[in-house]
Amino acid sequence: MVKKEGRMVTIEISCVEVWREISNYLDEEISPEMRERMEAHFKACAHCTAVLDGTRNVVGLVGDGRVFQMPEGFSKRLRKKLQKLP
Amino acid sequence: MLAAQGGVTDPLMKMTATQWQLQTKEANLVKRVCDGDREAFYELVCPYERLIYATAISVVKNPADAEEAAQEAVLKAFSNLPGFRGESKFSTWLVQITYNEAKMKVRKAHSHLYESIDDQQENQKGDFWPKDYADWRPIPSELLEQKETREAVHNAINSLSTVYREVLILRDVQRLTIKEATVILGISAANVKTRLHRARLLLRDKLAPGIDGCWIKGQPYRKVRPW
Repeated sequence: MVKKEGRMVTIEISCVEVWREISNYLDEEISPEMRERMEAHFKACAHCTAVLDGTRNVVGLVGDGRVFQMPEGFSKRLRKKLQKLP
Repeated sequence: MLAAQGGVTDPLMKMTATQWQLQTKEANLVKRVCDGDREAFYELVCPYERLIYATAISVVKNPADAEEAAQEAVLKAFSNLPGFRGESKFSTWLVQITYNEAKMKVRKAHSHLYESIDDQQENQKGDFWPKDYADWRPIPSELLEQKETREAVHNAINSLSTVYREVLILRDVQRLTIKEATVILGISAANVKTRLHRARLLLRDKLAPGIDGCWIKGQPYRKVRPW
């Protein structure tokens, strides 16, 4: 926010700048000022909102425990190896 | 934070009560192992089996090689445990060993079959331009019950370069902090963020047209997607 003609306004941000920060936005690794600018941009830009939603979906997808499943018998084989240690 | 509540302070990191309890429990287990109690070692590594397997597969891709690298890393951790000083979390230390073991496996045994990790200094400068602007509605969780969906996500992750895949797995699959990722990968926090950013956007582009991986030109996205 900056003061302009006696009132506070949010500085506009371009789509490219938004894309550059989308991952940091999801991780909350940006300044409150940048967050505010991005949120103002999302309200007006369907493309960037789509990129944000898609990226958030991707983070949710890969973070789901079902995506990376352990090979069956992994624990058993590991335990066996540990038992064989001299 | 425990420290803020007048509890225990830690010189390296502020910890929650749960983290403190975990670290104390692990320190006791480490001591028991060093005193000759081998069963205690399995108790120590057991909660991190999935973590080490995912770390290994982020480097080697192939499940069989990943299992081998993960298990070799555990054996190495056992031998090196007396040298573990608790300067980082036990899990970070274990993941770091696994990561190095997996990289070594790629270099030693299959260097001709895998992409070269060292050569993967892709151009990480410049801006990333997303390909897909279509509205992507939230993905129903049940979709991941389907084997094909899991495979599609797996394949998309595997299609990423190692530098992107490993950071994505550390951060988004294993949910490690940026600081932990910097320790394991030996890169700066800024680099972790840049690689993660690219990995997520690349993956988004790969998955956006349809979870089955098809890119059907000229068709509305919603018809391509199964949800």
